[in-house]
Amino acid sequence: MSSRSLFTRPARLAAVAPYLWMVLFFLVPFLFVLKISLSQTAIAQPPYAPVFDLSAGWEAARAALDALSLDNFKLLVSDDLYLVSYLRSLLVAAVSTSILLLIGYPIAYGMARLSSRAQAIAMMLVIVPFWTSLLIRIYAWINILQHDGLLNQILLALHVVSQPVVWLSTDWAMYLGIVYSYLPFMILPLFSTLAKMDLALLEAAGDLGASPRQAFWLVTFPLSLPGVAAGALLCFIPIIGEFVIPDLLAGSNALMIGQTLWLEFFNNKDWPVASAVAVILLLLLLAPLLLYDRLQRNQLERA
Amino acid sequence: MNDLLATTAGEADPRSRSQTAAGQPLLRIDAVVKKFDGFRAVDSLSLDIHAGEFFALLGPSGCGKTTLLRMLAGFEMPDQGRILLDGKDIAQVPPHQRPLNMMFQNYALFPHLNVRDNIAFGLKRARLPAGEIDARVTEMIALVRLDGLEKRKPDQLSGGQRQRVALARSLARRPQLLLLDEPLAALDKKLRESTQAELIELQRRLGLTFIIVTHDQEEAMSLAARIGVMEAGRLEQVATPRELYETPRSRWVAEFVGDINLFEGKLDAAETSRLTIPPRLAVATRDAGMIYIAEPRQRPVKETLCVAIRPEKIKLSRRAPAGDDSHALNRLEGAVIDVSYLGGTTSYKVKLDSGAMLRSSMANTARLDFSAYSAGQRVVAWFSPEDCLVLEQ
Repeated sequence: MSSRSLFTRPARLAAVAPYLWMVLFFLVPFLFVLKISLSQTAIAQPPYAPVFDLSAGWEAARAALDALSLDNFKLLVSDDLYLVSYLRSLLVAAVSTSILLLIGYPIAYGMARLSSRAQAIAMMLVIVPFWTSLLIRIYAWINILQHDGLLNQILLALHVVSQPVVWLSTDWAMYLGIVYSYLPFMILPLFSTLAKMDLALLEAAGDLGASPRQAFWLVTFPLSLPGVAAGALLCFIPIIGEFVIPDLLAGSNALMIGQTLWLEFFNNKDWPVASAVAVILLLLLLAPLLLYDRLQRNQLERA
Repeated sequence: MNDLLATTAGEADPRSRSQTAAGQPLLRIDAVVKKFDGFRAVDSLSLDIHAGEFFALLGPSGCGKTTLLRMLAGFEMPDQGRILLDGKDIAQVPPHQRPLNMMFQNYALFPHLNVRDNIAFGLKRARLPAGEIDARVTEMIALVRLDGLEKRKPDQLSGGQRQRVALARSLARRPQLLLLDEPLAALDKKLRESTQAELIELQRRLGLTFIIVTHDQEEAMSLAARIGVMEAGRLEQVATPRELYETPRSRWVAEFVGDINLFEGKLDAAETSRLTIPPRLAVATRDAGMIYIAEPRQRPVKETLCVAIRPEKIKLSRRAPAGDDSHALNRLEGAVIDVSYLGGTTSYKVKLDSGAMLRSSMANTARLDFSAYSAGQRVVAWFSPEDCLVLEQ
C-alpha cells in the first residue's frame, strides 16, 4: 500500500508535465496566432486590429470580438498563390521523403548487418553532420553548386561538360539539400527496427523455400514498416514547413509554404494573413501527426 | 491422416522416395568438417541416417551438434566432406532449395503473419494451387490441434501453441527429413513430457525421418531410437538409448549420460588366475580395493583401466550378504554421508573406508520403508561383477 502511493504520485505528476508543457508553449501561443489570423492588418503597433484591451472594459472587448472575421482565410482560398504554395510543399515533402526512403533504407539495412563495433562507428558517421549548424552546411552546398563552384570545376576538368552547368537555384539543388539534411532522421528509426530483427526469421523463410530476395520482401520489409513509417513522418512533416533550404538553394519562381509565410510576415508585414497561413499549415500537418500517433499506439498495444 | 501422405505428385511423398533406395541411407554425412576461425566445430564427422528413423544428436553446449544441424539445413556450408540426401550431395545447395525442413529452437514464427499464414508460408513458396494450400493448411492445423486459432498472431499464443504452429509449419511441405533444434527447450516440464509423446506418435504416423538436437539426455532417450553423442565436434558413440547407458564406449560418454561411479585401477593377473568362477577379472583399484568384474567381450589391452558402476546397480545393506552370493562378490564398506529423497528413488552418498566416494540409488518400492538409511549409518555397498563396466581411458 505504501509502496503504491510512493510510486503513483510522482508518476502522476510526471504524466501531467508534458501536457502542461504543451498548453504553455504550444496551445497558448497557437491561440494568439489563431486570434491574429482572424484580425485585420493595421498601420499600428501591433500591426493588426482589433486589439483586446482588458482595461477598456466589457463593452470594448465585445466590440473587438465582433471585429474578428474569416476574411484572411477567404483570401487564402481565393488567391491561387497560397494553394500553389501548399501543394508545392506537399509535393516537395512527398518527393523528398520517397528519395530519402530509397537512399536511407539500404544504408540502414547495411548498418544493421554490421558487427556491433562497426555499428557504433557507422552511427557516429550518420550523426556527425549535426555537429555543424544546418545553415553552415547549406552554405557549403551553395559553394559547391554555384557557377564556379567545386562541382562545375570537377565536371569541367573531367570534360564531362564544356560549359558550367546551372545547379544553384534549381529544384535539383533544393532536393539535394533536403535529402542531405534529413537523411539521419530517416536512417536512425529504420536502423533501430532493422537491427532488432531476429535473423532466425530469415533462416526460417529460407528453410521454407523463400529465396533471399523473397525473404526480404516477405519478412524483412513488412517487419520494418514501423521504422519506415517513423522515418517517413519524421522527414515529411518538417519538410512541409521547410524554409531555409528552399530559400537558399531553390529558385524563386515557386515558393514553398514556409517561404510564403515568411514573405507575408516580413516583406508585406501582414501578420493576420501570415497567421492564417500558419493555422492552415498546422491543420495540414495534423493529419500525418495523428496518423503517426495511431501507428505508435498500435505499436505499444502490440508490445 | 492417410490424406497427408497421399500426395498428387508421388515424388513429394517421403516414403515412396526412400523406398526406391532400399538399404541406402536417406542421409549420409561423409567426413564433414566445419571450421570457425580455425576452430574445428565439426571435425570430420560421418553418420548414416535411415528413412523413418528418429535420431537424436546429444551433447553439451558447444559440442558442434547445432553446427551440424545447421549444415544439414544449409545455413552453414561445410569446409570439407559431403552431405548426401537420397544419394545427392546437397552440401553446397542453398537452404531454400533443400527438400528438408527445420523447426527452430525459438520457433522463429513470423510475427506479422497469423497462424494460418505462417503455416502456408512454405506452401506458397512451392507455388501450389491455392485450393491445395488451403486444404493442406487446414489439415496441418487439425494435425497439431490448433483449430480455432487460425487468425491469431504468434504473440497471442501460449508457448505450447507456438511450438505446435512451428511444428505444423515445418511439416506442411512434407519434407523428407525434419530437423528439430531443441524443440522442447522452451516448454515447462509437464508440457514437455506430453509433447514428447505427441512427437513420437506423429513421427510414426507420418513415417517421417526426424533428427533432433538436444542437450537433454532424458529427452534424447525418450524420443529417439538411436542417439549420437557428440563431443568436441566428433561423434563419441552412436547407439540405442539402452546401449548408450549400459555399455558406454568411453569414460566421457559414461559420465555424460546418467550418473556413474568410476574407479581407476590395474588388472591383477595373480588374483584373476586364483578366481574359481571364470570368466571373471580382478581389478586392483586405487580407491576401492579389489573389484571383480565379468570378463568383457574384448579383454582390455591397456594395463590401467577404469571400472564403472551405475548407482542403481549398487545395493546397500546393514550387514554383508551371505558369503557365497556371487551377485554380491563385490562388497565395499563405508558410511552414509548424504541422503537425497527423490520420490521414486533415494540417492545415497557413501564414504567408503578406503576414502573414496560412492553413489547408490535405490528404488522406493514401499511407502513405508523402515530399512531406509540415514546419514552416519554404516553400510555395506555390494554389486554384481556383471554390472561392472570396463572403460579404457
